[in-house]
Amino acid sequence: MRNARSPLAATIRQNSGFLGAIILLLVLYLIYNLLHPRGFSAALLIQNTNESVAIVFLAMAQTVPVLLGGLDLSVGAIMTLTNCVASVVVSGSPQQILLGMVVTLATGTAFGVANGLIVVYGRLQPIIATLATGAIAVGLALFIRPAPGGTVDDDISWALTNDLYELVDTYGWFDADAAWFSSFAWVPVPLLIVIVIAFGVWLPFKHTITGRTVYAIGSAEGAAYMSGLNLDRAKIAAFTLAGFFAGCAGLYLAIQTSSGNADITQAGAYTLNSIAAVVVGGTSLLGGVGGAIASLVGALVLRVISFYFRIVSIDPLLQPLVEGLVLLAAVSLGAFRTLRVKNQLALFR
Amino acid sequence: MTADRPIVQLSGVSKHFSGTRALENVDFACFSGAIHGILGENGAGKSTLIKIISGVLQPDSGELSVNGTRVSFANPTHAVASGIVCIFQELSLVPDLSVSDNISLASPPRRFGLIDKRAQRRCAEELLARIKCEDVDPNALVRELSLSRRQMVEIAKALGKDPKVLILDEATSALTSRDVGTVYELLADLKAQNVSSLFISHRMHEIEQLCDTLSVFRNGQHIETFAKGARTDREIVRLMIGREVDAQYPPKPAPKPRPEHLRIENLAWERQIKDVSLSIGKGEIVGLGGLDGQGQKELLLGLFGVLRGMQGRVTIAGRPCTPGSPAEAKQASLRIALVPEDRKTEGLMLAMSIADNLLAASYARVSDGIFINADKARQAVEDGIAKLRIKTGSADDPVATLSGGNQQKVVIAKWLMTDPDVILLNDPTRGIDVGTKQEIYRLMRDLADQGKTILLYSSDYAELIGCCDRVMVMYDGGIVASLSGDAITEEAIVAASLNVGGAVPHAVPGPSHA
Repeated sequence: MRNARSPLAATIRQNSGFLGAIILLLVLYLIYNLLHPRGFSAALLIQNTNESVAIVFLAMAQTVPVLLGGLDLSVGAIMTLTNCVASVVVSGSPQQILLGMVVTLATGTAFGVANGLIVVYGRLQPIIATLATGAIAVGLALFIRPAPGGTVDDDISWALTNDLYELVDTYGWFDADAAWFSSFAWVPVPLLIVIVIAFGVWLPFKHTITGRTVYAIGSAEGAAYMSGLNLDRAKIAAFTLAGFFAGCAGLYLAIQTSSGNADITQAGAYTLNSIAAVVVGGTSLLGGVGGAIASLVGALVLRVISFYFRIVSIDPLLQPLVEGLVLLAAVSLGAFRTLRVKNQLALFR
Repeated sequence: MTADRPIVQLSGVSKHFSGTRALENVDFACFSGAIHGILGENGAGKSTLIKIISGVLQPDSGELSVNGTRVSFANPTHAVASGIVCIFQELSLVPDLSVSDNISLASPPRRFGLIDKRAQRRCAEELLARIKCEDVDPNALVRELSLSRRQMVEIAKALGKDPKVLILDEATSALTSRDVGTVYELLADLKAQNVSSLFISHRMHEIEQLCDTLSVFRNGQHIETFAKGARTDREIVRLMIGREVDAQYPPKPAPKPRPEHLRIENLAWERQIKDVSLSIGKGEIVGLGGLDGQGQKELLLGLFGVLRGMQGRVTIAGRPCTPGSPAEAKQASLRIALVPEDRKTEGLMLAMSIADNLLAASYARVSDGIFINADKARQAVEDGIAKLRIKTGSADDPVATLSGGNQQKVVIAKWLMTDPDVILLNDPTRGIDVGTKQEIYRLMRDLADQGKTILLYSSDYAELIGCCDRVMVMYDGGIVASLSGDAITEEAIVAASLNVGGAVPHAVPGPSHA
């Protein structure tokens, strides 16, 4: 046995990929701020977080089916669908707005449930089942919003995409200029939303039996079955959670852009980027290893890299090429582990 | 000792798989507070029997009763709810979860609906302490553990389910002798607590030492149940295979000087191999002994080119041998073959056909240019099947449809097809039936007589004694004893395995039929 027996040492050893991603993110973002003319300003932080929320939620959505050992090709499409739904229902009186947000998230969740039921009871491979349901979601989105547009309540749009000061000020909950409030009035609301959902939904889920069953299925489905775990429930739950997170992404996108847009290209690009974010975060595409928080970090790494294009002068025509190379390099970091492996058989496990 | 009413009873149970019968009209009963051994060759129906009792399979006909009440289990969870817990031969652990997660996988301690990690860790520590595995870190991932440690975790997991009937299917096959001793004590404890244990093993001396009652199965039928001691070993073997068996091991040739062929000098790798020097002659069978995990497996893998960064010098017939991969090791200049430890993951591609598996290492031999020659391939497959007498319906069936013994024959045939010169075998008879074992012993001796050089690791001491011209016992990565001729005895191997010189701290029962 190894000499390190403390829980902390084991945790660090088992999460080295995740820790690496966090360090990479911090370093990248630090350099970005150093290079940026408005570096280390609250305004820049607000802008960056706003631009990251959708892909962060989508990466978290993608994580859950990936942990099962599958892929969900419909997350981008569910985001697009819920974006269009939100552009219709998130307006009116405060009660109507709240109801509209619930309806939007319920739409995404329901779509996730449908994905789960199709995969489990239709006995289909997740990748092909969600390819089909994704097309259906985009179709529904186009039906709701044939052309971009729609109305999202202006107040909520403003309040949720700025800092805490504006949120409090917009709705007049209390005096936003109060002295006690000033020290965290700068915190961007989108950052809080992401943290609340990530830690309020994902972490509890991970510590339920169903959550752990998801890991067990991805790691060794036969062993999970033989241990008497409820595999069907865990699979349905995984896709449901994916639908919910994708719904969060769609809702936020509608609030951020004040509109709905059934953009097929965007749906596809977001789906593929969500897979990239999951991998960069250190979740194994084979399943069983990783987590949504890791994917959150992975998505942020990819976003920060794309921010660099604004401050480093690169011909826009070359941008996809450079993005591809950077992604390849980021993913390759995970492959360094194989260089240390002395027993080549260990590579195949 | 035994209650009047059996705790588990099967009456008239039959099970068929696509035409082949696995169980035919079986009546079987076991009682609380008894250790019941189940014997039979692979394919005799033992696995099917326990799968039915533990809810993995449902019988086609017949009844299953627990404590006198008729039950039908739809899945293993139902069986566990009735107190029937099975430790399966194929491990039921999830490699990417921690030891404590695995031990209470299906019903962890919870607080506010969420898994209570601390209680779970405590529970794992208690269970591991009960089987004397305090060295296993409950926070370690199962994939970080050796096979023998995983098996012990599996046992801890089963204990955590509070069994009334505990089924051990080859549960000791991967264990070290010390752990086997622990399991014996555990079974005795459970017996005192009125738990019924069903014990399946291919190691006769384990069954003899442990069990009160023995049942023999053959060809899907329950042949006979009798109390321990009512039958001699010879009679039991005859019941199992339905015919008299002669000597279990082929006779060894008289010791004679052999030209040196494989020479290993000062081999070292990481912390697992330490300064190993060894020389094997042409036509010689050398055994590697010792407790599990003392570097034997790594030594074989290293010779086969799997390990990077090995130090030392290896020569075959005077030429340096430094393969960088199995692909290089099997090439014409070296001609090394390795029959790996785990046939299900390293030996076979389970979903592919028998023919594809047989050809997997020797496609170059049956190809014209870049294309596989179908005629040559078929001929080679037929030869391979005939040579090892593999019992198959069609060579195009998935190899997973074969019994364990026949699967192992496929692995061996695959490597013999490459016409190897040096053959490395890693515990080739683990978990396979008596009949196939004997065929493999005979085959090894034939190959040696043809001038092959054979290095065999076996966890079964009787096998080392019966098959090998010399035995090297490994301890902590190094060779601590070299035994030959009459010096190869159970006592000598055990003593060297524990690295205690001549003294034997606690005797391991010897197989009287060896």
